[in-house]
Amino acid sequence: MSSLVVESPGLLTTVQDLGRAGYGPLGVSPSGAADPVALRLGNMLVGNEAGAAALEMTLLGGSFLFPEGAVIALTGADFGATLDGRAVQMWTSYAIPPGEKLTLGPTRNFARSYLAVAGGIQVAPFLGSSSTHLLSGMGGQGGRGLRKGDILRLGKPKQGIPIVRISETVLLALKPRRVLRVTEGLQIESFSEEARQMFFRGTFRVSEESDRTGLRLEGHNLGPNLPGGVITEGVPLGAIQVTPSGQPIVLFVEQQTTGGYPKIANVIGVDLHRVGQLRPRSEVRFERTSLAVARSLWMEQERLLNNPRQLFA
Amino acid sequence: MRFCAASDQAMLVYLGEEIALPAHERVLTLLRILQKKPPTWLRNLQPAYASLMVTFDPGCVDHTEVEAVLRQCVERAKTARRPKPRPVEIPVCYGGEFGPDLDEVAKIHGLRPQELIALHTSRSYHAYFLGFAPGFAYLGDLPEEIATPRLDTPRKKVPAGSVGIAGRQTAVYPFATPGGWRLIGRTPIRVFQGDRKPMALISIGDQVKFRAISREEFLKMEPA
Repeated sequence: MSSLVVESPGLLTTVQDLGRAGYGPLGVSPSGAADPVALRLGNMLVGNEAGAAALEMTLLGGSFLFPEGAVIALTGADFGATLDGRAVQMWTSYAIPPGEKLTLGPTRNFARSYLAVAGGIQVAPFLGSSSTHLLSGMGGQGGRGLRKGDILRLGKPKQGIPIVRISETVLLALKPRRVLRVTEGLQIESFSEEARQMFFRGTFRVSEESDRTGLRLEGHNLGPNLPGGVITEGVPLGAIQVTPSGQPIVLFVEQQTTGGYPKIANVIGVDLHRVGQLRPRSEVRFERTSLAVARSLWMEQERLLNNPRQLFA
Repeated sequence: MRFCAASDQAMLVYLGEEIALPAHERVLTLLRILQKKPPTWLRNLQPAYASLMVTFDPGCVDHTEVEAVLRQCVERAKTARRPKPRPVEIPVCYGGEFGPDLDEVAKIHGLRPQELIALHTSRSYHAYFLGFAPGFAYLGDLPEEIATPRLDTPRKKVPAGSVGIAGRQTAVYPFATPGGWRLIGRTPIRVFQGDRKPMALISIGDQVKFRAISREEFLKMEPA
């Protein structure tokens, strides 16, 4: 059985897949990769199912040994990876010879880098998924971030994996954006005209106090909300809720599943993976779009991701 | 009944406009119908006091189609039989280190701590839904005499097992999380455990009663 040995874990490295949808009645949020598009592309580069488990690194990567060798791919943010001193390209499959060490450093651009390994990372599933749920300490590697000395088992890779890379056109279509597209939030009426204008015209900064549960935004205060509270209700992924003190928070993959703060907007499906690439102090703006546009963008993106002929260069 | 787009991939169905049992009964019935025969496009369900959020695959359906299916389910719900609520008992050691806000809450209401405990254990609470964090059940309604607003400044870390009250609701924190509810006690029982069946001790619709225990009993019952 092949393995991956964690020599240093980096800042926060977790095992993630596409998450566990369907457990809202238990109060469990789906979790899964913060940038699911990068995870899917990484898996496709190494011949895995798109939703196989991989490593998600945050802001600072770690170093990993492959005693038996492996075919890998790095996607998402560029953490300046090297293999025994030689630079490793992003968005391409790569055969690592037995015993060599992959080392990643601090990010050169965005928040999260993914390491996909042929055969996938094998951990005991929790509610049908290998993704780590940090809050409850379940899923992934013991429900926590990786530690020095962890040894992860690798699944059996497909035979004869071609060495390929993702085409420039696809990378361009999926690249991060500073302007996130949103639909109107359920309680947009609870905000004054002034607050709404500020939200759609202003530039916000991602606070240091942001993580997989949510991104806190600074720069403009949207409070106080108009009177009339919200009865606690389900909150969708990407909801932008505003606290009584006027701070907007984008609810993210490990979000609370219900909430009682008014929501001014909601990030659309195709831009959620871009939220996963925002790092502390990133600047971001919001642009209003319609449900119909959001849906056609989603279908277009899914067609792109499901067409291997178009994906690879 | 109102249908609102919660996001480009989610619909919120409001089955009432207040925290009250009849609205919640409709939420529960619709939830069970959808769980029993989930449509292929269904991704997730999130029940709450008076609403149900339905997340769907936008590659298969749009909001209009989802609404049409949900309306049919609501029709079916009118004749659905509802299961008998399941009783659940939770032992709690009140006050002291386990319930740091007990004395303060009692004082707010002009009660002695023992009277507050007696009121908290005096009735069964309805489990409206699990939300916020895995296994966190919103229980209600507290007797009017002990309804208390949240803390002005939430705690950064509430110990797992803490029993809190907020407004007319009470709950047990399954994990150490931040939280703004006033803490009156703690249970030695784990209310959510990933490797146990069922994972969540309390399910939506259950009847939950608290039982006061001593510190000695708490320590004896606490898992190693």
